Amino acid sequence: MARVIYGVYDDESELMSGIENLLSKGVKCVDAQTPFPIHGIEKLLNVPRTRISITAFMYGATGTTLALLMTWYMMIHDWPINIGGKPNFMFYMNLPAFIPVTFESTVFCAAHGMALTFLLRSKLLPGVTAPIPHPRLTDDKFVLHVAVKDESKLDETANMIKASGASEVLMKSMQFA
Amino acid sequence: MSTAVNAQYEAEVRDPLILGKKSYHQMTEDICRPVEGKANKYWWTAFIISSTTMTWGILCLCYTIGNGIGSWGLNKTVGWAWDITNFVWWIGIGHAGTLISAILLLFRQRWRMSINRSAEAMTIFAVICAGLFPLFHTGRPWLDYWMLPLPNQFGSLWVNFNSPLLWDVFAISTYFSVSLVFWYLGLIPDLATIRDRAITPTRKFIYGLLSFGWKGTARDWLRFEEVALVLAGLSTPLVLSVHTIVSFDFATSIVPGWHTTIFPPYFVAGAIFSGFAMVLTLMLVARKVLGLEEYITTQHIELMNKVIILTGSIVGVAYITEFFIAWYSGVQYEAYAFQNRAFGPYWWAYWSMMTCNVVTPQLFWFKKIRTSAMATFIISIFVNIGMWFERFVIIVTSIHRDYLPSSWTMYSPTFIEVGIFVGTIGLFFTCFLVFARVFPVIALAELKTVMKKTSNQYKHKGVLHK
Repeated sequence: MARVIYGVYDDESELMSGIENLLSKGVKCVDAQTPFPIHGIEKLLNVPRTRISITAFMYGATGTTLALLMTWYMMIHDWPINIGGKPNFMFYMNLPAFIPVTFESTVFCAAHGMALTFLLRSKLLPGVTAPIPHPRLTDDKFVLHVAVKDESKLDETANMIKASGASEVLMKSMQFA
Repeated sequence: MSTAVNAQYEAEVRDPLILGKKSYHQMTEDICRPVEGKANKYWWTAFIISSTTMTWGILCLCYTIGNGIGSWGLNKTVGWAWDITNFVWWIGIGHAGTLISAILLLFRQRWRMSINRSAEAMTIFAVICAGLFPLFHTGRPWLDYWMLPLPNQFGSLWVNFNSPLLWDVFAISTYFSVSLVFWYLGLIPDLATIRDRAITPTRKFIYGLLSFGWKGTARDWLRFEEVALVLAGLSTPLVLSVHTIVSFDFATSIVPGWHTTIFPPYFVAGAIFSGFAMVLTLMLVARKVLGLEEYITTQHIELMNKVIILTGSIVGVAYITEFFIAWYSGVQYEAYAFQNRAFGPYWWAYWSMMTCNVVTPQLFWFKKIRTSAMATFIISIFVNIGMWFERFVIIVTSIHRDYLPSSWTMYSPTFIEVGIFVGTIGLFFTCFLVFARVFPVIALAELKTVMKKTSNQYKHKGVLHK
């Protein structure tokens, strides 16, 4: 099991050039914790593209289906009523009146389903303790996670991180889910 | 895909979005200060006034529950009046928040980042205020669950999915819950900032719970931005559908003055118009009280005022179109409804609306006026009043004289109705004041992403500096 050590950078441009520098020397950069999203970092760190928008589509399609089934069952099948001379005999004839509810249901399921998936996938729930190597990483510090396979090379890697522009190297061990 | 959100070209001629020489840490300090410090006397004064007003509204609501809808000024002819006016007014105000956070995100308007958090909070509070009116207008609010499609003991008699009032139930509840989720997801990283800055264990514990254990890894941010983008894409048609459906409450009826096909776009434009006015009213006060003038700048005010000119003009054109069609259609009932609107017993409401909504926003064509905080504040109040009158005019003048002259009557509110309305204003401001003390009012993490490209310090240097 590889040890992870943390390089602390003071600026996002230093972090980015630091990662490039370390990668060129064959150091394994696994992740980064930053106070705000940095575009392009996912390519350097080999983070795969997220598929969360695909789940949103699937939840949305579920919402559409559920709403159509619900309106058909309640209005056409279970208890069709003639309201003000406008009967509810055929689903396709009443469909235009069911579109608003179907649309809202689609958005409802897509938005909430995706939000819940995001929270679960990123392990964000009330009561979860965040692993924060540096207390200012949600303010203005940028923390790079570097995996070191060989324990004897810890100091050597730490020096390489320092040389790549990091202001600090943290050796503590943190539990990342 | 997520890189598309912020990967924009910044024109040299644009003014900086953030003034002053700010570092990331300075921004954190500035924006967390209202949450971490003690409330000043302005905050307490405002809080006492608004919570007292809210209490008065609660008392009036209790009176309504105890005595029924008969305690309002409604009668057989005018069965919808202040309640629905207030409902539509509040829902409209909420629309600005979604417009700023979702539609302007899709249009890549980065100036929205200084104001989107508080505008979204405003959406949520406005929808809460709006929702109270239909819930209590049912007369028996404890039976409000009848509006949901639940199996029941009436032979399972279901809700009517052909009715725009039921569409409203679905639209408003979806709008409220999706806006809430959008707003809260955006808050998580900023709550984590407050958590990591917390000095006392209680504060650390509470913000630890609220921030859901946010750790800000590259994977988290990638998903976070994708979720924000897709939620914006979902909220955009949602916000348009909500006011469209609200306008269907009227447009699908056969009442002269309501039965109009231009209602959906007309209502949506009006909603954005009134919403921006309310955002300005709130922001101009908030930036002063919270000391955020360097983040919510004159440029922000000017840009919002431009949206007000646009939507105000759309609303003006809609008023004139309605009049033209009433005459051009040749339907005598329509023609009478509009003649009665402008020159009948409620003429004062109509002309107040015209003055506040069509005339005053045109003053924003002058750069001096649209860049002046004081002038903007006054005009935004005018627009708020005008848009309230618009809903009152559409609703009351249309139904107080319809097809049957023997039923013609007048309507005036009782002090209970006035109390409930004033109470919702109190509720809105109370919620906002509490929000400003508990949550960061500016989307901190998001604003940091644009700082280097758009702040005073880095502007026009061509390269990223430390």
